Amino acid sequence: MAGRFTSSRGSRWQARCSTRACTHSVDRATVIRVDPCAEWASATSAVSRSTASRISVHAWLSQNLECASRPGTSPLTEVRDVVVIGGGPAGIAATSVAAENGAHVTMIDEGSEPGGQIWRPSARSTQPRRARRWIARLDASGAEILRSTSVVDVERVGERFVVVAVSRGVGRELLATSVVLATGARERFLPFPGWTRPGVIGVGGAQALAKSGTSFRGRRVVIAGSGPLLLPVAANLSRSGAKVLLVAEQAPPANVVRFTAGLWSRPFTLAQAAALRAGFMTTPFATGTWVVAARGDTVLREVTLTDGRSMRTLSCDVLCAAFGLVPNTEIARLLGCAVELGAVVVDETQLTSVANVYCCGEPTGIGGVDLALVEGQIAGLAAAARTVPAQLVSRRARQRRDATRLDRAFSLRGEVFALADADTIVCRCEDVRLGSLDRQWGIRQAKLYTRAGMGPCQGRVCGAALECLMGWPADSVRVPTQPTPCGTLTGRSSPQELPSEQGAS
Amino acid sequence: MTARRSDVIVVGAGIVGAACAAALARDGWRVTVLEKSFASAGTTSVGMGHLVVMDDSPEQLALTQYSVRLWRELASVLDPRSELDPCGTLWVAEDESQLWALRSKRDVYLAAGVRAEILDARALVAEEPNLRRDLVGALHVRGDGVVYPPGAVLSLLDAARANGAVIREGVEVHELMPNGARTATETLHADVVVNAAGATSPHLTSGLPIVPRKGHLAITDRYARFCRHQIVEVGYLASAHVMTNESVAFNVQPRSTGQLLIGSSRELVGWDARINRDILGRMLDRATHFMPGLGGLSVIRSWTGFRPATPDKLPLIGRWDPIPGVWIAAGHEGLGITTSLGTAQLLADLIAGRATQIDAAAFAPTRTIAAVHA
Repeated sequence: MAGRFTSSRGSRWQARCSTRACTHSVDRATVIRVDPCAEWASATSAVSRSTASRISVHAWLSQNLECASRPGTSPLTEVRDVVVIGGGPAGIAATSVAAENGAHVTMIDEGSEPGGQIWRPSARSTQPRRARRWIARLDASGAEILRSTSVVDVERVGERFVVVAVSRGVGRELLATSVVLATGARERFLPFPGWTRPGVIGVGGAQALAKSGTSFRGRRVVIAGSGPLLLPVAANLSRSGAKVLLVAEQAPPANVVRFTAGLWSRPFTLAQAAALRAGFMTTPFATGTWVVAARGDTVLREVTLTDGRSMRTLSCDVLCAAFGLVPNTEIARLLGCAVELGAVVVDETQLTSVANVYCCGEPTGIGGVDLALVEGQIAGLAAAARTVPAQLVSRRARQRRDATRLDRAFSLRGEVFALADADTIVCRCEDVRLGSLDRQWGIRQAKLYTRAGMGPCQGRVCGAALECLMGWPADSVRVPTQPTPCGTLTGRSSPQELPSEQGAS
Repeated sequence: MTARRSDVIVVGAGIVGAACAAALARDGWRVTVLEKSFASAGTTSVGMGHLVVMDDSPEQLALTQYSVRLWRELASVLDPRSELDPCGTLWVAEDESQLWALRSKRDVYLAAGVRAEILDARALVAEEPNLRRDLVGALHVRGDGVVYPPGAVLSLLDAARANGAVIREGVEVHELMPNGARTATETLHADVVVNAAGATSPHLTSGLPIVPRKGHLAITDRYARFCRHQIVEVGYLASAHVMTNESVAFNVQPRSTGQLLIGSSRELVGWDARINRDILGRMLDRATHFMPGLGGLSVIRSWTGFRPATPDKLPLIGRWDPIPGVWIAAGHEGLGITTSLGTAQLLADLIAGRATQIDAAAFAPTRTIAAVHA
């Protein structure tokens, strides 16, 4: 949510899952050792559970209890005209424009500063000028900004929306007349043998690490995936001290050339690409090449790639692997917005199929910053009940054509959906292997029978993969849409107690 | 068993239908299970999965005690997917009057032959350090446990298949008729047709006194050993008993994954499956009241489900007199996982004309028809 690739979250989950592995196996073992002749009680005492995991619980509690102890919830008195969910380019544009047009706007952003993934402030370099300009405009707009805040539930109650936001363990509810969803995108991970091994991270995740100041000094890095993100990430990692051995783009050379040729019509993008390319001229760039396996022991040792004819294996320390982006549609689906081919359906004014719910940026289809900014402005104007100038509409049409071309150029080849073998983990939260899934099932059976998609990421990682691998459409969304401390979900006012007319625009 | 092989159709592959299919196939009947969606898709997949002795009435005590015993006997052959955990139940008391109530409960259990003992405050802390420290005691029922219901259904259906049963998923029955069932495309005949369609059973057998009673549940991330027993507040029985519009009661279960499953709520709101954030909030508030540390644990998901509730809190098990050949195994409210095995054995005995292990009269489906709107 909130304009990010979630790869940083993905890697955090990975870390948590690996600490969890011991409890997992212990608990699996406990279940079965029941002597039918004995009293159950004796079976209970025979069950030895991990003390290591107990320690981790207590450590975790001591870290988290102070913020979880009976948080208050703010009274439901104020009704915002617009609540914008997500603080990437689309959210910033929507918020600024709506506020400039007189609407009472609150923007909720998971980041500590607005910008989303793409404009995430870097420890090493300043944000692009356009980002600084938009963030200054946002500041000047007078809109309220809730930083480091996650939206975990949105519900329509009568004519209003109740937006449940959580910040540092404290929950609050906001009432809004309109909601703008600018929830961004996340990386698409496709399982291949070894993809859950430590040292394998997402492409966007690597970008986030580099920007947050993580040093890659002396690390041998292979980047494998698809799309225009690969080059800037390679440049960033090089600047962070990494030795980028190879950038592997799965799309065939002809497509990449066609895309690059298409750039000539877009001087700004071309200049950007050239600057990036200059940043890592020494790095080999291979098209029509994709990863097939990552091997190692406790750490990553080597990566095998193929161009479909021959294999090559590279010794490395870090593999950045992801296959493009997936729109974040959880909140849209929670609200009942129509979603087609993974993207939220919107009309000319960015209105979704649900009245007073707008959507802009990546959730309506992966399109990049330029399209996100245009869509955000349109959504902001529409949410503030202003007419949308024809100029913005035509800019959006042009950007969408570019996005479509990009999408076609970097469409995923069939081979990357067939990398996993029966033993490959497809759901890393629950350690579910491909071989335990039955193609006859749907996603609900997979969840109930194997727990695939039932972990803390709620299927954000494996859901998109299983959709590609098994053809299973996404399951319904359940709240909270992100792990939320139990204490923040308790004792709220009932929807019936909401003020009925107050503050309506 | 007699040599005669007849057809039995079981409608519904939830825990009750699966248990009935397993019991009837074991008796030698040729069983066909018809499930409109997939096995365990309904209430079974959204419940808590407790195996618990309850004493709301002597009949309930008899059926739950019998059923828990059957689960224990089944434990050795149950598939690991069932995740059977003999964790026992702790009924916790907040004050002396509740503890006094638990002592009476213990006496009832002991008289029935159910192992149960009172823990004082100190013993309770030792068993469950994350409970609030000012509780005065608890009743420990060691024989209780939990299972993962969808896994148990798969295991029971495998057992049924091993005895020749045929499980047909994605086949929706539209109508039950004398000795038969009609789907959109076919009419199937059988000597015995069992309506085990849970909360939706009245759609097939009009007049069944069963209403959907909505519940909310929430599950946390993994926190191994945060609690080790199924823990229930004394007021749970009252919450389950009184058919008021809404109630919440503290109930938490340790799952085999290390997750905690938090319940419970009861509402009569028809089939509205939306999360009621007020009820969910109150339910979680109740849970953190008893286990303050829960407040800091991450909830990763919440959902709702519909218990098939009857006016007298007892399931309907037996012949449905108005339609020849139709039998009922439905209306188990929140105890369907526990009582599925007892129900299946009772039904199999009744169908075979054998003596039943517990008195079946109290469960006769025609007993409460007049009380449906009570």
